[in-house]
Amino acid sequence: MSACLILAIESSCDETAASVVRDGREVLSNTIYSQIDLHTLYGGVVPEIASRKHIDKINYVIETALKEAGVTLDDINVVAVTYGPGLVGPLLVGLSAAKAIAWAKNKPLVGVNHIMGHISANYLEHPELEPAFGSLVVSGGHTHLINVNSYTSVEVIGRTYDDAAGEAFDKVARAIGLGYPGGPKIDKAAKEGNPKAIDFPRGKVDGSEYDFSFSGLKSAVLNYLNKAAMKNEEISIPDVAASFQAAVVDVLVDRAVRCVREYNMKSFALAGGVASNSALRASLEEAMKKEGVKFYVPSPILCTDNAAMIGAAGYYAYMDGKRDDLGLNAIANLRL
Amino acid sequence: MKILAIDTSGNVATAAIYEDGIITAEYSIHHKKLGRGNKNGEKTHSETLLPMIDEMVKGKGLDINELDAIAVSEGPGSFTGLRIGSATAKGMGLALGKPIVNVPTLKALAMNVYDEDAIISPIMDARRQQVYNALYEYVKADGDSLELKELREADALAVSDLLDILNEMGRKVVFLGDGVDVYKDVIKENIKVPYSFAPAQMRYQRAGSVALLGAKLVEEGKAVNASEHSPVYLRPSQAERERAEALGEA
Repeated sequence: MSACLILAIESSCDETAASVVRDGREVLSNTIYSQIDLHTLYGGVVPEIASRKHIDKINYVIETALKEAGVTLDDINVVAVTYGPGLVGPLLVGLSAAKAIAWAKNKPLVGVNHIMGHISANYLEHPELEPAFGSLVVSGGHTHLINVNSYTSVEVIGRTYDDAAGEAFDKVARAIGLGYPGGPKIDKAAKEGNPKAIDFPRGKVDGSEYDFSFSGLKSAVLNYLNKAAMKNEEISIPDVAASFQAAVVDVLVDRAVRCVREYNMKSFALAGGVASNSALRASLEEAMKKEGVKFYVPSPILCTDNAAMIGAAGYYAYMDGKRDDLGLNAIANLRL
Repeated sequence: MKILAIDTSGNVATAAIYEDGIITAEYSIHHKKLGRGNKNGEKTHSETLLPMIDEMVKGKGLDINELDAIAVSEGPGSFTGLRIGSATAKGMGLALGKPIVNVPTLKALAMNVYDEDAIISPIMDARRQQVYNALYEYVKADGDSLELKELREADALAVSDLLDILNEMGRKVVFLGDGVDVYKDVIKENIKVPYSFAPAQMRYQRAGSVALLGAKLVEEGKAVNASEHSPVYLRPSQAERERAEALGEA
């Protein structure tokens, strides 16, 4: 069978991205226009501003991705696009453009779940990785513990009850004056701090051993800061960052280990924007090694929102027979 | 000349095909309930626009590779609605290698009405007690035809301010656009010049008008590369506005 080239488009949040992927495994191009500087002014992603930037940049990223891959639209076999979950305004830009391209060039259209994309980022760098395996997807909008049964079928074992892990990073970073985006800034500050300096709570969800809750931790950090301010005590930002990060990482690793034991998993893949966090990568790798479980994580460029991962997920969905019609709509809270 | 025209700036998803001076196909679906409210309304454009275009193009047997340009209603209007039309046009332009022609939404709307004597006043509900408006009149063009001339450029303003302007101008006015449904009573109470409201078949966005105006703009050499097209919002986002206000006060 000849190669299947996927043009993938992603615009669910503040990255405008397009990619060409061969057979779900090989990245021919991965173009990302990041709007992060724009949103830094507002301390977080502003959906209307993100949507406006997406419309300005959508053709640019698609044209660049095709050019860098050395192909034209005529060579493309399938158009894959993120249709949720995410911000509706931003999603609609990539989706509308993808539908129009698929229609104009008479190519099959495959809508992709953004979280399936994050998981599938692992296929792009780890040729030996095949389902079944366990996965932890952590980002600004998602915290999911998943049993990946096949390329197209997954079972959610645990999810967050309140804030996503990345959201907690952003909120705490703002509170200690590190600014947006919180993840990389806390990661950096934490390297200079003592993770045991402050004993922040490890959030639990009563009666559900795989779910997550980060709002209690976030409140504990804010209380700690308020008390220190009231007593006029100086705080160590690196210590707060390191201790907060340790609390998040402990919980994530604990649930992941519980999960591989209970489900007798042989492989485990970390994914999502927060998968770039150096402490999480190191701790989870070590924990999985102890469990005798093979551990996978993509390079940071494939952890952040990107279209290559949508191309990987889109390929397997396409091979599984998934086709979407021109009426496909964006779904902000699309479930796995 | 062949043009595919799209308008999703308001409650109507509308598309049309123009071929050498004739609107050979036109398809409109009016989505929302009249006036405000239906928050999910914009999303429906995303579900209907391309299936409509597909049906229309197939029904007409048009080879889309023969298009000269894609005309898109550039705004003002619903931010999300505008982007659905723009992203669709940009995707088509990219795929087909065709330019986009940016058509001012209010001018295309004004073209729905033909009246030699009146000021044409399209009003689109802009929320926050405002309407998007521009004012036009028909003037003699070459030969026996009339063409629209802009009397007041597009902006967002309070209906009361618009009525002050029109009362001052002292001429007959025709109102059209979805703003009529929202502000009809306010207009009736405060207007001091002869006026009328355009009937329903010409009150809302029609892609046929976008196509006609688009064809003229293409002839004038005003088509742009699809990657360069962006909607005309007329307003900054709420976050930008609030930030500007906060900085102004600081």
